[in-house]
Amino acid sequence: MADIRVTIDNITVTVPEGTTLLDAAHKAGIEIPTLCYLRGINEIAACRICVCEVEGARALVAACVYPCTDGMVAHTNTPKLNDYRRKTLQLIISDHNMDCLACVRNNNCELQDLCERYGVTQSDYYAGKKNEFAIDESSASIVRDNNKCILCRRCVGACENYQSVAVIGANERGFDTYIGSAFGMNLADTSCVNCGQCISACPVGALHEQDAVKAVQAAINDPDKYVIVQPAPSVRAGLGEPFGIPMGVDVEGKMAAALRRLGFDKVFDTNFSADLTILEEATELIQRVTTGGTLPLITSCSPGWIKFCEHYFPDMIPNLSSCKSPQQMFGAVAKSYFAEKMGIDKEKIVCVSVMPCTAKKFEVGRDDQDANGVPDVDYSLTTRELARMIKEAGIDFANLADEGYDDPMGEGTGAAVIFGATGGVMEAALRTAVYKITGTDVPDDALDFVDVRGTEGIKEASYKVGDLDVNVAVASGLANARKLLEMVRSGEKNYTFIEIMACPGGCVNGGGQPIVPSSVKNFTDVRGLRAKALYNLDANNPKRRSHDNESVKKLYAEYLGEPGSEKAHHLLHTTYVERLVNQNEE
Amino acid sequence: MKVSTVPFNGTKEQEAKLLEVIKEHKGEKGALMPIMQAAQDIYGYLPYQVQKIISDETGIPIEKIYGVATFYAQFSMSPKGKYVVSVCLGTACYVKGSGNVLEEVEDCLGIKDGECTADGKFSIETCRCVGACGLAPVMIVDGDVYGKMTPDMVAGILAKYE
Repeated sequence: MADIRVTIDNITVTVPEGTTLLDAAHKAGIEIPTLCYLRGINEIAACRICVCEVEGARALVAACVYPCTDGMVAHTNTPKLNDYRRKTLQLIISDHNMDCLACVRNNNCELQDLCERYGVTQSDYYAGKKNEFAIDESSASIVRDNNKCILCRRCVGACENYQSVAVIGANERGFDTYIGSAFGMNLADTSCVNCGQCISACPVGALHEQDAVKAVQAAINDPDKYVIVQPAPSVRAGLGEPFGIPMGVDVEGKMAAALRRLGFDKVFDTNFSADLTILEEATELIQRVTTGGTLPLITSCSPGWIKFCEHYFPDMIPNLSSCKSPQQMFGAVAKSYFAEKMGIDKEKIVCVSVMPCTAKKFEVGRDDQDANGVPDVDYSLTTRELARMIKEAGIDFANLADEGYDDPMGEGTGAAVIFGATGGVMEAALRTAVYKITGTDVPDDALDFVDVRGTEGIKEASYKVGDLDVNVAVASGLANARKLLEMVRSGEKNYTFIEIMACPGGCVNGGGQPIVPSSVKNFTDVRGLRAKALYNLDANNPKRRSHDNESVKKLYAEYLGEPGSEKAHHLLHTTYVERLVNQNEE
Repeated sequence: MKVSTVPFNGTKEQEAKLLEVIKEHKGEKGALMPIMQAAQDIYGYLPYQVQKIISDETGIPIEKIYGVATFYAQFSMSPKGKYVVSVCLGTACYVKGSGNVLEEVEDCLGIKDGECTADGKFSIETCRCVGACGLAPVMIVDGDVYGKMTPDMVAGILAKYE
């Protein structure tokens, strides 16, 4: 496309034709304020915060969607514009719960930031009617408080465009408008998959996770409880952000130190059970390939994806790996192997996970996730909740000295840590499957399966493993998963093994990760940066194959026997249920 | 938008008609509005069961359909009763106290404007000027016009339709 020249606030920049005024201004070093705009997800020009003046234009334009033309002259920062923006903000806060002090998004709220930028104070609202909404706490994962909703529809865009789930939308009209589900259904009664991308999209405090911080703190402070913790791979790629550490820097060592200071009795690592998952799943894959089992095998680590499959692709439930997710495998092993080894009553063990995920909160309560007669995992925290706990405890996170993880469930290989990036589970499984099928390890210099790396929504690759042709596909974001599975369903595509992650880019971009404001998100490759932290950890780990994890080997030798053994099946595998769409009949 | 508690009584014939309409619009962009309009013609309103058929057949998420149904005044989620009670809220009627008449009707029937009683007998709607301002305030029941209404007349009139 041809390049054009535009002049914005007296700065001339050259941009490709069709560039929006917002992007051209960004190139000129000017940040036009936005509120409803989320690139690729919500481009509806509804909030009017980004209005600008274009010379010769009939009216003010919305910079987020306005395409530049050659020779265009625009102004983004005039007294008139700022007055309009102030008025818009005043109108928004006039029907907004202004109880900011203890709001989960205080100091991390785009509305608050804009009010500060334009000098709108809490008393600048227009007196009049205010909507009053009941808070929807029905979901195991997500809480909606419409009293704080500003109707930007970013959550609606995320639910529909990232995930093709679309269980939330704008209901009613005018002042009565609210974001909710059909027929006033509670979120828990819909086919919501609990991914939490709506929370990540929300500019304010209208959406947040079901908070388990208090329950976890109570367990830690209970002398009768033995509280162990397992952070997921992606947590170390995001936890630094709330403490001012740049995006994409891994904080694995600081995280271990902080968890220990918070008072957990053992600081373990979900990487341990990620390696365990690979051994079970690779075994399952080989079994299915050699015995004519249901193919393609599809990964089961992502509970958002699992619920999506149960609602929208119930015919493909037999394709799902029966492996529990690493979170659940960890809990099942902790309350059997570890409990017996340590001589601790399994009832006394409280297993806490820290996940980049909100769907994990739903997963802990699923059926068939209690192999030892007690829940495998008791509480699942998001990365955000852990950050809040660290802040409340007054831990100077950014300056903590690195620490390691405890035995016997703290060791993880490079294959485990890349679980957090889309394609990572596939890559880890391939590294082990090649060994299991051919008896020979992939050479160290060929361990990077680059075809399945990267943040594209759908990736494909073919590998020759021994005599086998292995066709694989990787999808992240459920809209991409839907596209891929429809091709599989119709027979258009044939694969041996598929990895699906509910969140776009995988867990590093999960719905439980630290909130990234749209002013950053719209111009940053969040997924790519966070994933890089994990791939670096993998590259620098002397062990990069799950089957080389000494602690996992020991677990099999001392307790489980072989991968896929009866005992392994009892502890580490699960079942799924068919669920309906639009089910709320009565 | 009020969602009716009146049990759904859709027939096989109605469903066949609706499916036919959906088939006609298959693959068409912007088909939701005409389908919803046809569905309302067929059933008289758009209860959950009807929206579910549209959703299942078109693949359009039910929330989207519900969002449209609650946005446009032309769509109703409540059936019409056997007797429609219509209270005029036009200027003349309103200044003569039709607001109080409406309130009395709502109290008597235990439902709000736009709703239908659980037994399907009465539904309430409001209208703007029926051209009988000399009789203000005006109430219409099943086509019968009642003029110079006061709240205390409401119960007696409704009783005639029991």
